[in-house]
Amino acid sequence: MRAQAKVIRWTDGVALLYFALALLFIFLPVGSLILFAFQDGLAPVPPFKGPTLQWFDKVLHNRRLMEALWNSVLVGGVSSLVATFLGFLAAFSLARRDWRFARGAQLLLMAPITVSYLIIGMGLQITFNMMGVDRSLLAVGIGHVVINLPLCFAIVYSQLGEHQANIERAARDLGAKEWQVVALITAPMLWPTLLAAYFIAFTLSWDEFVIAFLLSRFDVTLPVVIWGLLRSGLSPELNAAGTLVFAISVAIVLAVELLLWRGRKAVANG
Amino acid sequence: MRFHFSRADLRDWGLWPAVLWTTLFFALPLAAMLAMSFAERVAGKITFTWTLANYAAFFTRAGGTFVQALINSLEVTILATILSILVAYPLAYILAYRVPAKWRRILLVLIVLPFWTSYVIRSYSWLLVLSQNGIISQTLLDLGLIAQPVGLGNSRFATVLGFVHFFAMLLTLTIFANLIQIKDSYRRAAADLGANNWQVFWHVTLPLSLPGVAVGAFLTFVLAIGDYITPQILGGNRELLLPQAIMLQIGRQADFPLASALSMILMLVVTVAFLVSAKRLKMERV
Repeated sequence: MRAQAKVIRWTDGVALLYFALALLFIFLPVGSLILFAFQDGLAPVPPFKGPTLQWFDKVLHNRRLMEALWNSVLVGGVSSLVATFLGFLAAFSLARRDWRFARGAQLLLMAPITVSYLIIGMGLQITFNMMGVDRSLLAVGIGHVVINLPLCFAIVYSQLGEHQANIERAARDLGAKEWQVVALITAPMLWPTLLAAYFIAFTLSWDEFVIAFLLSRFDVTLPVVIWGLLRSGLSPELNAAGTLVFAISVAIVLAVELLLWRGRKAVANG
Repeated sequence: MRFHFSRADLRDWGLWPAVLWTTLFFALPLAAMLAMSFAERVAGKITFTWTLANYAAFFTRAGGTFVQALINSLEVTILATILSILVAYPLAYILAYRVPAKWRRILLVLIVLPFWTSYVIRSYSWLLVLSQNGIISQTLLDLGLIAQPVGLGNSRFATVLGFVHFFAMLLTLTIFANLIQIKDSYRRAAADLGANNWQVFWHVTLPLSLPGVAVGAFLTFVLAIGDYITPQILGGNRELLLPQAIMLQIGRQADFPLASALSMILMLVVTVAFLVSAKRLKMERV
């Protein structure tokens, strides 16, 4: 490795240049979003004047946005909890029993991933219509469980190995009841995975628009309000709102990353 | 396997709540939509007449607007998928083979960070960059490369760009995950046998990394062709993609039977894409 590092090839320069350009491409839009959220002026376009915090102040005092923010937290918080819980139960049961139709069950559970959110949302809208159920945040939450359940299931299932099964067996042999095995052995061993699944589901729900748009009526989530604001064109207030939404997503993603990193470190040390 | 059913044993019933949820709120709604696609709207009321009129409407109504929407969707999606692969592959390659191992994780997190913005905000951000007085136009003006401001938004170019931005991140992940699994010894063996760098890449690395490309390409195709937000915000109203046509039927017209039929056609296209890529994957394993 050390011998290799000393050789500097011209392709390394090309690689570095490509990497820098790719990063520029990736961060150009979100960078402009954040920069012009601090714009001291009415148009979020160059030249940049500022910085000012007035648009963040405006967003934080916008009642509609703040209500929507709370709705988003509620829908995301509860639907992710349900998705993680159901995903864990299914993954545990599939990993610990030889189901005859295991393959079929897995296909069914993973199927929503291949279907457009638009179609999932519309199907639910039609079904709720037929049953006479009104559009509401609850309906949105149900839809978000549908899209997040496959992910939560897959994440937990991939982490359930023989390693835990052996410890579970040992606990059972020592007289632990089944619920004690799950609550005191399996779940604690899996907690970084479960938390990661929960937060990933939360971020996806937090950012989701189409299903929330189709299934909500009076109480709406944040992306739906932002969608409505888009009609009036570019504005620094929209930039500020978008920056806040992005900041919260990033904070969650980084928390997950930290969690997984510490989990790996614990495994490596233990 | 011994089966002793007790109510307390999670292993025996844990599968069912998730299966029930997916059946009730995913499979059943799809079935309802399928039924709806054979229904008819008579005087604003939906009646199940088991007609094929909605599918016929796909071909005939509004001078072939819907067929054109499907063609537009396919063109935009395929173009976006190819461009995303071309952007993502070198990035994943550099990350897997040129970046020191300890930097990999943090760079990977950095690269996919904007992935975690919502479609709505990401598309809006591109509008900031592409609009007539936006960053690209301003920069080109300042450099003296153009004389008049150019608006790059509201076009197919903008839609494709928005897609490539998002899906290049996704493809970088799937290709990178594949590349780091290829054993170093394969590449070294090829080099020992006299292959130059280019030959090692062409005959060893590339073929072995194709499954990662295929998985990412399939995901890109599926997610892009079903996306309503990006074309709606970035594409403007110059041309319709299929999801926009579907949304128009739900929103303005409240024509659920036609919207359902169009959705079924969209799902059929995705299924075909899945079968094609699944077949490809199997062939490559042989």
